[in-house]
Amino acid sequence: MSPDRIGTNESLPVRDAFGTPHLTHSLTRTTSLVPLGQLSVAKEKDQAAPFRVRYSEEIRAKMLEIIDLHASINDTPILKGVNLTVNAGEMHAIMGPNGSGKSTLAYVLAGKPTYAVTSGQMLLDGKDMVGMKPEDRARAGLFLSFQHPTEVPGVRLDQFLRAGYNAIHKARHEEELDVLKFGHLLTRKIKTVHMDTALTRRYVNEGFSGGERKRNEILQMAVLEPKLCILDEPDSGLDIDAVRVVAEGINQLHTPQNASILITHYQRILNYVQPDWVHIFIGGRIVKSGGKELALEVEASGYDQFEVVAK
Amino acid sequence: MTTSLETQGGNPEVKAAIRQDYKYGFVTDIESDTAPRGLSEDTVRFISAKKGEPEWMLEWRLRAYRHFLSLVEKDEQPRWAHITYPELDFQNIIYYSAPKQRKLLKSMDEVDPELLKTYEKLGIPLLEQKRMAGVAVDAIFDSVSIATTFKEQLSRRGVIFCPMSEAIKEHPDLVRKYLGSVVPYSDNFYAALNSAVFSDGSFCYIPKGVRCPFELTTYFRINTQDVGQFERTLIVAEEGAYVSYLEGCSAPMFDTNQLHAAVVELVTLDNAEIKYSTIQNWYPGDENGKGGVYNFVTKRGKCQGHNSKISWTQVETGSAITWKYPSVILQGDNSIGEFYSVALTKGYQQADTGTKMTHLGKNTRSTVIAKTISAEHGQGTYRGLIRVMPSADNAWNFTQCDSLLIGDKCGAHTTPYVEVRNNSAHLEHEAFTSRVSEEQLFYCNQRGIGLEEAHALIINGFCRDVFKQLPLEFAVEATRLLEMNLEGTVG
Repeated sequence: MSPDRIGTNESLPVRDAFGTPHLTHSLTRTTSLVPLGQLSVAKEKDQAAPFRVRYSEEIRAKMLEIIDLHASINDTPILKGVNLTVNAGEMHAIMGPNGSGKSTLAYVLAGKPTYAVTSGQMLLDGKDMVGMKPEDRARAGLFLSFQHPTEVPGVRLDQFLRAGYNAIHKARHEEELDVLKFGHLLTRKIKTVHMDTALTRRYVNEGFSGGERKRNEILQMAVLEPKLCILDEPDSGLDIDAVRVVAEGINQLHTPQNASILITHYQRILNYVQPDWVHIFIGGRIVKSGGKELALEVEASGYDQFEVVAK
Repeated sequence: MTTSLETQGGNPEVKAAIRQDYKYGFVTDIESDTAPRGLSEDTVRFISAKKGEPEWMLEWRLRAYRHFLSLVEKDEQPRWAHITYPELDFQNIIYYSAPKQRKLLKSMDEVDPELLKTYEKLGIPLLEQKRMAGVAVDAIFDSVSIATTFKEQLSRRGVIFCPMSEAIKEHPDLVRKYLGSVVPYSDNFYAALNSAVFSDGSFCYIPKGVRCPFELTTYFRINTQDVGQFERTLIVAEEGAYVSYLEGCSAPMFDTNQLHAAVVELVTLDNAEIKYSTIQNWYPGDENGKGGVYNFVTKRGKCQGHNSKISWTQVETGSAITWKYPSVILQGDNSIGEFYSVALTKGYQQADTGTKMTHLGKNTRSTVIAKTISAEHGQGTYRGLIRVMPSADNAWNFTQCDSLLIGDKCGAHTTPYVEVRNNSAHLEHEAFTSRVSEEQLFYCNQRGIGLEEAHALIINGFCRDVFKQLPLEFAVEATRLLEMNLEGTVG
């Protein structure tokens, strides 16, 4: 392991099979980058919540493993050695300044064709996604909530979502739904995000307000039931009430079986969702990982303090 | 480890699927009665005699033929359209071809089974038990009408729906009154040619106050190589009448070009409405642009009465070349003209299509929505004319012409003309040209939708405003047809 590989779970205090909140073996390896004292306190607190205890007692399945990932756009390197492991049931927050490559990470994971992976691996359930088509990644259970969801004029949201739902289910040899059955499913799911059913009869994102677009992403996540949810700034451009609604949706959809990566610029949304880990993302890689207190440090004194670490 | 950019052009699956065969390209082996190649006064007389036409009809044809000759002499073939093709040799075309068995048929059972099979292959059911519910069909094979369904039920309501050749004999007064009243033979080069040699087509008459209970459908099929198809359709809706009419077309694959020069005339009297839909799927030629149908068609409707309405909807996916401008003359006060069009060009197809709305009456309104989709080497042009005459107080028009490009070798062109001679007119024009964007495709892909299906979704969305004008079952057919035609053009 190269000395700069921080941010992987080996360097993090992962709970082991016995539910120990911070591990001795990681202590030996962890650099001073992780403020262990605070972290363990935070984790102890988490354990007070009964469902957290239950999680920690299981051996968590590795859902996503990113190993030394490098990627570029038009030959300009953006990602410069990202390492990250996400286990089932976990929520990871990735925070970083503008232009640090956070969104690029989301796009590269989802397989946007404009980006080229130059080296490294990204294993979803142990299978490397490099070279996989974006639709196949989606069918394997990866979902990206877009920062700027695209308009698809003339295509009704319900029609669009059913096409996605059925494509995913078909690939998994599961039941595809006709218009009627899918309508029922959609009505049920739409309640979880407090959206108006009329929205599903409108064209995808066309004329949607900023809040409607973000909620629509959460609705799609609810319908497609992904294993790995990547949320690219689900809070950007929203007023505080809308942030709360979006956060509620994220919390509701977070289960022991799936995992989430929440990319955000501001600490604000973390008032409503509880990430297990916070990673500081600067210059195309994770420079520091820790608990929620890291987010508070960012809030208090900005990203500058981490720039030094990055260099 | 390095992966190249995952551009769609490099997608092997997409490339493998690139040429989707034209599914209607078969030839039916059937004995036919065919005129000698070439055009002369004798050809016109031959056709008229074959049809057993009355003298006045022959006279009319001959006048049209002489006019056509004068146009040929003056070299007045229209050359202003944005299309290129070799000069047509009018002496190398067969102007009449008919399936041999041509005695009057008493029932559908007497139709040559080969013909029935042909239409079955095309998905056009002519047999009683297989008919589409609520749709009456007139099937035209090469030059003649071979079967018309639901005739009896229609005639009980006074609706006449029959081949043009039959109408000339049995309803001469109606035909004489309206034939050429909207598109006179002197209208243009191909209208003159059609008037001289037209062999059949559909005639449709809806009497006063009747709402036609069926969708009326004419299905055109070219079968013989080098045969020209010149059909003539005339629809008259009397006061307060309503009819919805649909035409479909296909042709076998030949490596020579076939000429299709039809004329369609529509007339609506006071408070009447005609809705005319076309799903055009003539053979478009092969991947190198060899063969295919030249579709040079004149379609025009006249809102003669007050408060009448004519609506054209067309989905054009076939033909090597399309030259066609379904138009409306808004003569009656408060009359309404509409034009909704989707034109797809791929391979080496060329389409120059659009509409003319001529406002004469007061408070006349027209709406034009044209969607042009170009893929591969396809060239699509929208050409439109909105003309407001001095008499047309408070005329209103809305025009929207949008183009969608797929790939980097195709072209979309827009040529809208506006001619306003009355200051109270209100005209709006909107236009945009776009590509199927990478962003949209990635968004669909990320939701599990594959590349082909994503294109189909996006393109159907682009055409939504037009498709929703089609009768329901045909909207489904149009969607399917478009998807089929686009299969493999992605990339």
